[in-house]
Amino acid sequence: MKVRVLVRLKPGVLDPQGRAVHHALEGLGFAGVEDVRIGRVVELDVAESTSNEDLDTMCRQLLANMVIEDYSIEKL
Amino acid sequence: MGFGAAVITFPGSNCDRDMAVAIEKVSGREPLRLWHGDSELPDGLDFIALPGGFSYGDYLRSGAMAARSPIMKSVISAAGRGVPVLGVCNGFQVLTETGLLPGALMRNASQNFICRTVPLTVENSQTLFTGGYEQGETINIPVAHHDGNFFANEDTLNQLESEGRIAFRYAEPCNGSRNDIAGIINDQGNVLGMMPHPERAIEPEHGSSDGRGLFENALGALLEA
Repeated sequence: MKVRVLVRLKPGVLDPQGRAVHHALEGLGFAGVEDVRIGRVVELDVAESTSNEDLDTMCRQLLANMVIEDYSIEKL
Repeated sequence: MGFGAAVITFPGSNCDRDMAVAIEKVSGREPLRLWHGDSELPDGLDFIALPGGFSYGDYLRSGAMAARSPIMKSVISAAGRGVPVLGVCNGFQVLTETGLLPGALMRNASQNFICRTVPLTVENSQTLFTGGYEQGETINIPVAHHDGNFFANEDTLNQLESEGRIAFRYAEPCNGSRNDIAGIINDQGNVLGMMPHPERAIEPEHGSSDGRGLFENALGALLEA
């Protein structure tokens, strides 16, 4: 089973990387970009029997840092 | 067994030798050098240092992989028993990733790697690590990091402030850290994490020996015990 985990900074947590990319987009002449936030995609290939709880635990224990990040799990 | 200190090396640590030298120069005893894959700490250990560097190449997040390495389970339980633990730079990142210390260390607000000596204010001189300094004293210690921007939510920051758990603060803004936090202790007071490198400032030839007081105080108390 293919699973895609999207990890991103919680709202309100400053994203200096996103801000720099935002400036770069403006520098390239793209108008109307309101905000840029950068996250991380983790693609997993797991046994069919892997439970939602297991996936959740993987995210909480390692893939995301719950102090600064949220995650969402998408089964493909 | 008498006094025993240990320095833990992860793949990618690069300040482990400096840390070991600082401990030996101050205590007169050579610390044990332990490897991340060791699962057990030797008995009778009374000081553990997590050094700076780029453990596991900063994969996933700085300190994230090291925090889940076999030896850290033992370090977490030793910290729970009250054994002093010092984490510097990447060591601080590892401590936040294990949950031994609150908050997280994010990319510097400037996006730049910062490598220079900075003034720090000793915010709490009543800890095991800072007892050799005066309250409010300014000391000069080098920083060398890309991910030193301390973040915690408002409740955590208020708790750290009100409980006197901020050991060091940058005397001038450095990397975007909330409340200019440079180093914090846990609620028991036996775990210190800090981004600046006291082990790089222990003798005049380093340009500053202001970091020596930290080792003298933390190790001195143990040597006398």
